[in-house]
Amino acid sequence: MKKILFLTIFSAIIIACGETTTNKKTLVQGETALSGTIRIDGSSTVYPITEAVAEEFREVAPKVKVTIGISGTGGGFKKFSRGETNLSNASRPIKDKEMAACATNNISYIELEVAYDGLAVLVNPKNDWVDSFTVEELKKIWEPAAQGVIMKWNQIRPEWPNEEIHLFGPGVASGTYDYFTKAIVGKSGSSRGDFTASEDDHVLVQGIVGDKYALGFFGLAYYSENKEKLSLIGVHNGTEVVKPTLETVSNGSYSPLSRPLFLYVNSTSVAAKEVVTFVEFYLKNAGELSKDVGYIPLPQEMYDTQIERFKAFVLKNK
Amino acid sequence: MNKIQVNRWKDQLFKIWGIGCTLVGLILLVLFIGDILIDGIMRIDWGFVMNLPSRKAEKSGIYTALMGSLWILALTTIIAFPIGVAAAIYLEEYAKKGRFSALLEINISNLAGVPSIIYGLLGLEVFVRILNLGASVLAGSLTLSLLILPIIIVATRESIKAVPSTIRDASYALGASKWQTIWNQILPASSGGILTGVILSLSRAVGETAPLIVVGALAYVPFAPSNPMEEFSVLPIQIFNWISRPQHGFIENAAAAIIILLLVTFMMNAVAVYYRNKWQKKWN
Repeated sequence: MKKILFLTIFSAIIIACGETTTNKKTLVQGETALSGTIRIDGSSTVYPITEAVAEEFREVAPKVKVTIGISGTGGGFKKFSRGETNLSNASRPIKDKEMAACATNNISYIELEVAYDGLAVLVNPKNDWVDSFTVEELKKIWEPAAQGVIMKWNQIRPEWPNEEIHLFGPGVASGTYDYFTKAIVGKSGSSRGDFTASEDDHVLVQGIVGDKYALGFFGLAYYSENKEKLSLIGVHNGTEVVKPTLETVSNGSYSPLSRPLFLYVNSTSVAAKEVVTFVEFYLKNAGELSKDVGYIPLPQEMYDTQIERFKAFVLKNK
Repeated sequence: MNKIQVNRWKDQLFKIWGIGCTLVGLILLVLFIGDILIDGIMRIDWGFVMNLPSRKAEKSGIYTALMGSLWILALTTIIAFPIGVAAAIYLEEYAKKGRFSALLEINISNLAGVPSIIYGLLGLEVFVRILNLGASVLAGSLTLSLLILPIIIVATRESIKAVPSTIRDASYALGASKWQTIWNQILPASSGGILTGVILSLSRAVGETAPLIVVGALAYVPFAPSNPMEEFSVLPIQIFNWISRPQHGFIENAAAAIIILLLVTFMMNAVAVYYRNKWQKKWN
């Protein structure tokens, strides 16, 4: 049933966009004989996974040249919608404006999820009073109205110490900041301004390590690399307090601070066998490889259904 | 205390102040280089220079980025050097002093202060899209050439100005034409300063990241460019990419790549100093 549904949706998209498949690349049997270039650009957050896949793909198809850029999710979609890239890395779903740009250039695509990224909330290990936060408490601390008002720990819960709270977070240009503010404050890019911001997450780690009254957030991978120096705080998801782990992020119970990472595939590109092989290889290996680079794999059945979806998409666009 | 003593005092005070100012820069540089060396020196080996990018820090190398940087350097030199020097000669020797040349001068000085990312946006539109060069080494080099042209022009004009007028007058007195004077006298006499300017501006170009990311330089390329139309990566992008990775091994990689990049710039500066000394000797 699902398959039929997808087929209908995609054929609808394709008919709407006016398909133009004129890729004259010779299709060679056997993967080692594959050649050609696969152009990928987009989010620097997704980059490590795609890099890992491309690296492993060198063993499978050494003659295929895979190139990956880091123009950011938006910059990547700009190139994708002009047909300049075959695949696009994205740390958020495509926006309406970007969809429209694709449509005007007759570009249709399939959206695939490749892994999850968890966002960790952290304090100094000497902090012995915090064991969890609710989303409301985090909002109270980080929302724009908190600037200059919420300055002490005991303003959040009265039993916490009467000491200044020192906030650390990624710079406002980063996707991590966008996604934290969207999940916690409710509006992407909206937060108080009086916190220590750094584009370099290692600086945030150092900041929290050196300050007993610190509170900060950043990608889970940075916590995994500095486990012994930081204290991870659970977040209340509405029913219970959950700490981000491989399991809780993968099964969705660590909410709302986990997000999927995406790969977009241009429909005209799947006429080239190397692109099809690469994307299938990606979905088959993303689980293992995303762990290697510090992200969290999707449940296996999600990779399986997406491979089926992708195969159907390829058939439709041959 | 009489006046002489006061003045001596002031003299001493200023000397100490001057030493302090010099040390600020030096100490910071030593701290920075020392820190980088401690982090990265152990990581540099043949494999690091020759390996392709990898998700495993210890298997990762800078081969494609280094090759990309060298390509960029060579092409940028070929493009920017003749254009910059010729423009400077025109402005200094031929252009009539008037409103037009004053306007040109102001614009060139202003260009030197434009943020480099603006050049990236210009390069993306003009070279990558309108001239349809794609995200190639050539497009990147043209963009960086624009970026350093104002610096080359200003440096060249200054060194042409510094040529003693006696040389010029002697050449004209012997019946040489304007072109003969420029080619045989002015340019050789100012070439030390011109080369210094060109090499220092290239040192800047080799460290640029932002304009090249905008133009479309990549973070992962599994091959070194074999012609100017191929895609590329450069060392600063590789460093930037590694610094933003959580695993500690990549921080060592970044430090090691910074050492290599510093070596490249140091070598270029050494060449600049060598030529300057050589020409100075010849003319003194």
